[in-house]
Amino acid sequence: MKVTLNVWRQEGPHREGRMVRYENVDVDPHMSFLEMLDQLNERLILQGEEAIAFDHDCREGICGACGVMIDGQAHGPLPETTTCQLHMRQFKDGDEIHIEPWRAGAFPVVKDLVVDRSAFDRVIQAGGFISVNTGSAPDANLVPVEKKIADSAMDAATCIGCGACVAQCPNGAAQLFTSAKVAHLGMLPQGQPERWGRAAGMVGQMEEESFGSCTNFTECEAVCPKGISVDFIAQMNRDFLKAKLRSS
Amino acid sequence: MSRLMDFYRSPMAKKMVMAVSGVMLFGFVVGHMLGNAKMYLGEHAFNEYAEGLRSLGEPFVPHGQLLWVARIGLLVAVLLHIWSAWQLTLLNRRARPVSYAKKKTTQATYASRTMRWGGVIILAFVIYHLMHLTFGSVHPNFDATNPFHNVVSGFQNVWVSLFYIVANIALAFHLYHGLWSMFQSLGLDHPSYKGLRRPFAALFATLVTVGNISFPLAVLAGVVKLS
Repeated sequence: MKVTLNVWRQEGPHREGRMVRYENVDVDPHMSFLEMLDQLNERLILQGEEAIAFDHDCREGICGACGVMIDGQAHGPLPETTTCQLHMRQFKDGDEIHIEPWRAGAFPVVKDLVVDRSAFDRVIQAGGFISVNTGSAPDANLVPVEKKIADSAMDAATCIGCGACVAQCPNGAAQLFTSAKVAHLGMLPQGQPERWGRAAGMVGQMEEESFGSCTNFTECEAVCPKGISVDFIAQMNRDFLKAKLRSS
Repeated sequence: MSRLMDFYRSPMAKKMVMAVSGVMLFGFVVGHMLGNAKMYLGEHAFNEYAEGLRSLGEPFVPHGQLLWVARIGLLVAVLLHIWSAWQLTLLNRRARPVSYAKKKTTQATYASRTMRWGGVIILAFVIYHLMHLTFGSVHPNFDATNPFHNVVSGFQNVWVSLFYIVANIALAFHLYHGLWSMFQSLGLDHPSYKGLRRPFAALFATLVTVGNISFPLAVLAGVVKLS
């Protein structure tokens, strides 16, 4: 089958970008979306053109490196699917597909479809950890965790930090990412000693970055490749408020 | 005080200010709708209710004073609500400097997407409503001693009634998303009632709006009329 692609091309961080149209791109329905881009890049290189830059790593849907806006939806039309796990069989022959980088003030474009997501790293550095002295691994199940809490913490921990939530949010807000990271440790016994500093610190850093503010559209939840619920946002708001009350 | 100002600097705190001021305004619209339902009991009951608002707290406080306390409280809530909304809107505009060539909406409700302009419509309506039935400056035959007369003769104009109806539909959407958002912003999501938050928002948004819309409709239908 053949598709037409409209891809955002931008030579560098401070360069003007534009949508470029690639007609008659040959695709096999069994290809993944990234393989389709790989193949287009081979064609571009043979033609002596610059290949399209895009982020990718594991191509198994677990690393969070890949991710582009496909027809105005982060990671494309399939729910709970990363861009690398999206296959061309989801499209029809003759389709016209728009591919754009994540758009957010906090995620500046590096090149073409690649954005700089180090704002997320700084949010993690502000509290997304527990301070444990290294040594031999503790016995499994040494600290009992209630099943319900373990499950919920695991749901939050599935966040791969891809940034789709920010990209889809009409406000460019990072609440879903931050709340998943705050909740995942904040719910577990090991996360308790640093719980309030973590909530205040990570929210504080999130607000330092150029993210917007949550208006509860819940668009983030719909495009999250791991299906993380906006319930975690309420939980983070509660922890943030408690942290502020405790510190005063 | 400086600690409070420091807290307010955080966008998440602004959301909490929006939620708390929103709850105050929600309490007001519920009371306002229930109070105005007195018009179904006739001119005397309605005017007595209007007068009752002024004599609230007597003889402990002078005539009309407690009403002013409430008015000032509501005004502060309105100003905080608008001011934080304005600041957050500017922040959110800056957070996406380059917009998408193509963007789809996945599951955001119509109500959530119309909060800002809906709020503007409601504000314009509130200003008109105050000039119409409180100050009487845009009312063709305003009688400060007879609120029932003002309401009924005001609603007998179809265009005025239509504006009230449209504004209250905007209010329904605003309340629906606002109430649900309030629970989220304040972190109220206890598992045992979490599922009731959207139904609660829908129920109260509908109750307030159906009540409010029934007033101009009742006047136009002749159910409530001047004696």
